[in-house]
Amino acid sequence: MPALAEPSLLDSLNDALDGLPEGAVTPDTSGGDQPALVVDRDHLVEVCRRLRDGDDTRFDLLMDACGVDWPEREERFEVVYHLYSIPRRERLRLKVRVPEDDARVPSLIPVWKAADWFERETWEMFGIVAEGHPNLSRLLTHEAFKGHPLRKDYDPAKRWLLTEDKIYRPKFLHLPEETDDDIFERMTINIGPSHPAMHGTFRVMAVLDGETIIDADLEIGYLHRCFEKMCETHTWQQVIPYTDRLNYCSSFINNVGYCQVVERMLDVEVPAKAVWARTVLSEFSRVMDHCVCNGTTLVDVGGLTNFWYMFQIREEIYGLLEACFGARLTVSGCRIGGLLADLPPDFMERSHALLEMIPPLISDVGKLVDKNRIWMDRSVGISAVTGEDAVNWGWTGPCLRASGVSYDVRRAHPYGLYDSVDFDVPVLYGGDVYDRYRIRMLEIDESLKIIRQLLERGMPEGPHIVDDPHVALPPKDAAYNQMEAMIYHFKLIMDGIQVPSGEAYGAVEGANGELGYYVLSDGSGKPYRIKVRPPCFPIFSTFPSMIRGQSVSDAVATLGGLNVIAGELER
Amino acid sequence: MTATETTQTTTRTNLPTVPHPTEVEPRKMTLAERMYLPLLSGMAVTIKHTFQNLFGLRKKVTIQYPEERREYSHRYRGHHILTTRPDGSVRCVACYLCAQACPAECIHIEAGEHPDENIEKYPLVYEIDMLRCVFCGYCVDACPEEAIIMSNNYDMAYFNREQSIVGKSELQKPYTFDEDQLGYRPSYPEEEVQRAQMRREAFDLVAAAKQAEETGERVSA
Repeated sequence: MPALAEPSLLDSLNDALDGLPEGAVTPDTSGGDQPALVVDRDHLVEVCRRLRDGDDTRFDLLMDACGVDWPEREERFEVVYHLYSIPRRERLRLKVRVPEDDARVPSLIPVWKAADWFERETWEMFGIVAEGHPNLSRLLTHEAFKGHPLRKDYDPAKRWLLTEDKIYRPKFLHLPEETDDDIFERMTINIGPSHPAMHGTFRVMAVLDGETIIDADLEIGYLHRCFEKMCETHTWQQVIPYTDRLNYCSSFINNVGYCQVVERMLDVEVPAKAVWARTVLSEFSRVMDHCVCNGTTLVDVGGLTNFWYMFQIREEIYGLLEACFGARLTVSGCRIGGLLADLPPDFMERSHALLEMIPPLISDVGKLVDKNRIWMDRSVGISAVTGEDAVNWGWTGPCLRASGVSYDVRRAHPYGLYDSVDFDVPVLYGGDVYDRYRIRMLEIDESLKIIRQLLERGMPEGPHIVDDPHVALPPKDAAYNQMEAMIYHFKLIMDGIQVPSGEAYGAVEGANGELGYYVLSDGSGKPYRIKVRPPCFPIFSTFPSMIRGQSVSDAVATLGGLNVIAGELER
Repeated sequence: MTATETTQTTTRTNLPTVPHPTEVEPRKMTLAERMYLPLLSGMAVTIKHTFQNLFGLRKKVTIQYPEERREYSHRYRGHHILTTRPDGSVRCVACYLCAQACPAECIHIEAGEHPDENIEKYPLVYEIDMLRCVFCGYCVDACPEEAIIMSNNYDMAYFNREQSIVGKSELQKPYTFDEDQLGYRPSYPEEEVQRAQMRREAFDLVAAAKQAEETGERVSA
């Protein structure tokens, strides 16, 4: 991580926030991993607007917003906003503290449209009202659900029988008035929840005028599985299999992201071999994810052949992951402090074989569709999003880069070995379905370039996991034969890793954007709170605005290109 | 290359442009593209693949399941195995570490007193709910006795939920268990290296046989 608390940032913050009343903004002294401000809620919107617009601050991206519950504090709830400045490449954390009997904060939608779903989630999980929010209704849980499940006093074992008599009623906020000039009768249709073109169980309710969508609303949450609540009841190590199921197309990257944050909190140095393997396999996972995304998008518009070529790549990469960690989809490959197992002896040969196999298939797909007018007619100019809108909507990843904004976590905040390899961050300026497809193809090439360089450099020798009995399990033969190792073994499994109390936000470049983990520990051996910042969450929340005015078939093409993964969207 | 296809590299010193683009520049079609000409090269690709598959010029990708099976590594996390001692009794000493380590909470153990004083405990009941299990291998990592390991068996189908809770009798395997069916278990590096060597040799043999066959065919033709 770069030095975050550079004086220059504090200076620019002072400049931007000059003239606000006393007590509106105070520096957070709890000692987190990045600069943080405690903001009075009455001035929140003003502060955010200044931070966004200030020439020296330019915090243009709202990364994440979430609640934290501190039952023993006087002001029980804390709403934490993670801001990011693309030009400055710096992060800032804002905290707003609110008491339980008056749990409300102003809505930030006027400043960042990305706040929409984050505020809905904060309300449903903690009961913190975002004042001024146009549609503050349940997002991830069922409409009939009562209570706020991420509050500490909500029993994790509690079960509900949720019946169908109360269902989500769509809110069409941008519906134009019906006039006598309308040629067609309006019709409201459901696309999904279970529909082959939806890539998961999402429900899109669209109002059609003829074939044109004039307004749409979304319902998600069919795959909500209480990821964050379950993390609070399990040990740090036990969270790793849960992270597999976030973006299940590239589950290894999720493992890496989580382990990196916890390792930073523990101040553990990961062995060189593990770092190397994490970088190589992350890039393989990215190739796989992009292949799945592009393959299925093309299927949605009728290009079935590409799907087979793309899935062949995925199958073979799954083979490599399986040889390393024993599972194809849900790899659980990382452990805090290193890897699950040492790499197999034929790792290099298999990787080289993959590098020979992938490029011809990618180029075949390129020949089939890159300059194919049938595909271009379906994709060029469809759902075009400008860079400014994309940033305001909180987009990251390939979709943002297709809109002409160059932000990649691997380049802006290098982790792993990304600062020592040579790769480009492709940027395209069309912002449409075609460029979102194209940018993924270019990124596959870049990923292969990274892997090739790392393989040439050779696998570092040494252990695959840190030799620290407080973090990693001792080797099996030691645990069988030595008393001390045996005790550590039992302690680690019964009590878990003891992560010192504190907070940290760590991000990796997931396959569809910045995958962030905001982690709080109270030193008890279990996470106090883990908030995942899923990259497709803000992206999908803007789907209705994108498809407004387009036809149903364009909506299907758009959805494919966004790479929305239900597992991480709904957690 | 059209203008939109050029890529831009950003380094730490070269900050992205501010303000962000407020206009989109969609890709423009060239004359050849408007005339659908690139479709011909696409057609060439599909024809190439068709003939390659038709005449077996390439390894076939499809696996004819269930007649053919994918070959999994010896780290595959499949159905669990309770290992046994030479006398056929389970090695498990009912220490509950696996149940504690399980993130899905799918292991249920009831301990009983073992007649042998040196062993002390053994599981009266050892059940795994296969529908809850996420096959993460944490139980294998946790076991201090190498009593639970995994096989590479992934065929698990049940008619109802009760059947999916498997007990000691299904999990227990005889002491002399077929090595080829073993999956994720505490790793022994030398063994792995040996296996990789054998695999490589097997691949070479297959390749040599195939080559001989091809040349033989060519000679006979």
